[in-house]
Amino acid sequence: MQTNDLIEALAKDTRSQGPSPMLALAGAAAVAVMIAAAVFFAVLGPRPDFAHAMGTSRFVLKFVVTGALAATAFACTARLARPGESLRGTALLLLAPAILIVAVAVEFQAIPSVDWEARWIGTNSLVCMMSIPLIGIGPLAVFLAALRYGAPTRPRLAGAVAGLLAGGMGALFYAAHCPDDSPFFVATWYTIAIAGLAVVGALAGQRLLRW
Amino acid sequence: MRGNFVRSPDDAELAALLKAAIAGDERAYAAFLAEVAARVRSFARRRLSAGGVDAEDIVQETLLAIHLKRHTWRQDAAVLPWVFAIARFKMIDAFRRRGRSIEVDISEFSETLAEPEKEAVSSRDIGRVVEALAPAQKAVVSAISVEGHSIADTARALDMTEAAVRVAFHRGLATIAARFGKG
Repeated sequence: MQTNDLIEALAKDTRSQGPSPMLALAGAAAVAVMIAAAVFFAVLGPRPDFAHAMGTSRFVLKFVVTGALAATAFACTARLARPGESLRGTALLLLAPAILIVAVAVEFQAIPSVDWEARWIGTNSLVCMMSIPLIGIGPLAVFLAALRYGAPTRPRLAGAVAGLLAGGMGALFYAAHCPDDSPFFVATWYTIAIAGLAVVGALAGQRLLRW
Repeated sequence: MRGNFVRSPDDAELAALLKAAIAGDERAYAAFLAEVAARVRSFARRRLSAGGVDAEDIVQETLLAIHLKRHTWRQDAAVLPWVFAIARFKMIDAFRRRGRSIEVDISEFSETLAEPEKEAVSSRDIGRVVEALAPAQKAVVSAISVEGHSIADTARALDMTEAAVRVAFHRGLATIAARFGKG
């Protein structure tokens, strides 16, 4: 077929176009929150002293860090869904790690060194590393579907950032269950779990985000 | 950043055409696609000195992708960076698919193998992908794109409603885009 024939044909396909990728991602985020909440309440649930813990800074900090990660990763995913967008905004992703690094530094000052190891190992790092991917995997699938509706020209990067978004969301819910509040614990085990989802997202993105 | 972005005259013209196209203006859309095709063609030819990938295939794949992904253009953003990002993606994709085949470097002979300025016939023709479509889609797509009939004429000839023709046509194009060049 000649290119001119193709152009004439495409011009006749004037069905109205769908919503913007940003709107699709916002819808995906709403669905993802519902999935994450359903899995969280079905499998884990908030810890018994949740109300009391909300008064402690270490517990609240977990929501600040994971919330910052989810929010910045959402903004980056939206950019990666469109061709030709500048990627300068991706530096935003450093916000959550920066907050966490400061918190870890403060923890080193606040806690005597004999307690460091106990705080770092915590009480249930294995549950943490399993729960965050468990809560986040459904949201990751939803975000990848929304990215497929967009047009990511860097499929692996887009998948990885979607993994960070799903991981941030999973960690945000898991934090309400997790009895370990030390930034040492969060910086280690949460990071490993979230990075795992980012790797899954990158591998899936490479395969699924073809268009 | 975006505030002090100055649209080049070309870009402003293309943006106006694309906006009109999105609002349903077929002629504006054809003009937009023709302009994009010319730019992508020279973009692709400059980067395809070695054999193996046909510039016209890149042009056609890019046009299909632009068509099916036009909702990813932000109306306040520049058009050309969006167009070339899609073209680059399609070119990398074409090279990746061809990755395993042996390519002969003909750059030394490029003087004698002067590139034709006119559109070349594609080696992996869309026509073959059209042939492989499901019968109903194939009938609609070939009536409109190969024979050049209008939506209304096609609907009458195939005894379908215009809405059904539009749906089948759109799905057929999406299938073509998904399969094009994958063979």
